[in-house]
Amino acid sequence: MYAQMIKSEASTEDPKQLKEFQAKIDDNIKVEPRDWMPEGYRKTLIRQIGQHAHSEIVGQLPEGNWITRAPTLERKMILLAKVQDEAGHGLYLYAAAETLGVSRDDLTEQLLSGKMKYSSIFNYPTLNWADIGAVGWLVDGAAIMNQVPLQRTSYGPYSRAMIRICKEESFHQRQGYDIMMKMAQGTETQKKMAQDALNRLWYPSLMMFGPSDAESVHSTQNMAWKIKMNTNDELRQKFVDQTVPQAQYLGLTIPDENLTWNEEKGGYDYSDPDWSEFFDVLKGNGPCNVDRLEARNKAWDDGAWVRDGLMAHAEKKRAAKTAAE
Amino acid sequence: MSKEWPLWEIFIRGQHGLSHRHVGSLHAPNAEMAIKNARDVYTRRNEGVSIWVVEANNISASSPSEKGPLYEPSESKIYRHPTFFDIPDEVGHM
Repeated sequence: MYAQMIKSEASTEDPKQLKEFQAKIDDNIKVEPRDWMPEGYRKTLIRQIGQHAHSEIVGQLPEGNWITRAPTLERKMILLAKVQDEAGHGLYLYAAAETLGVSRDDLTEQLLSGKMKYSSIFNYPTLNWADIGAVGWLVDGAAIMNQVPLQRTSYGPYSRAMIRICKEESFHQRQGYDIMMKMAQGTETQKKMAQDALNRLWYPSLMMFGPSDAESVHSTQNMAWKIKMNTNDELRQKFVDQTVPQAQYLGLTIPDENLTWNEEKGGYDYSDPDWSEFFDVLKGNGPCNVDRLEARNKAWDDGAWVRDGLMAHAEKKRAAKTAAE
Repeated sequence: MSKEWPLWEIFIRGQHGLSHRHVGSLHAPNAEMAIKNARDVYTRRNEGVSIWVVEANNISASSPSEKGPLYEPSESKIYRHPTFFDIPDEVGHM
């Protein structure tokens, strides 16, 4: 997902205090920034929200890549609005993480140095316009799967950020599907491009949910804390079940020979993605890992004079105002 | 490393005459830029017609550990709620 494979930190606090904390979460009482919380909860949340925020920001790159080359002015304006939304989503999440005692610059530094991760999906390229449709439809679709339940997460600022994000996110998926509809109903070449985009992005989209974690201790702890609401397999299944009919409507074929309806479980059986590829991408060996980090580092370095200049100007104004008083 | 921009809390008044409501926060070098950034981040879909920005370190807040004693007086005075009083049906709407 936008936050993948989040390890939970152990808690070493007083068992009584931990029990009270858990009882509060079980009662669906939100945890707020200044409330007592176990260090493990705090650290795990910083890691998760931070990774989620980084994904929103890095996620601007594959789509931003097509703003100047969108096929019409309308498509260009829509894509621009969507990419702007992603910046906003990153901001809401960074702000939520900051309430846990980490600074924005700290989080940025950790992204730029490669110490913190972002979602594996953004290390895949967007080769042509159909990919922009497929990204909106599949990648934002998968993100929504995860974000809707997270609106009920136990940490107040995270939950509020998620509520805001979900309100804006369905526009993203719909604009993607709209592009896919146009392509799928277009010329033979356009239809081929749409199928090709689905072929390339299907398995990376399934990987977004992360490997099966039904047996994972981290998953169990994070679910007890309600910072993870469903297992990876549950969400992936939901995503497949929702997406297959959407592909059928488009007249496109999901690139999976084993895809069959399973009446008994009331869902589709499908092939797992190649998990060795997933781990390889996480390690930094995906097609675009180097490009993405270079682009973020360049943006940060090139913007330094603007940040410093505005800060110096603000301080000068403040000093002049104090002197006048 | 250069100095981080200060944090601002953003309050927005919607179109229907309600009070300003806290919507989130952002970093900006000064109040003017905070308002401009808030416009871009928090009013992209007609969410408001007025923006307040307050530097976060200027906000004083009640302490969560005092929650009990601080709000106890309101919990024990249920007669402050209209439903405390039984008014006979014959009296009509009140």
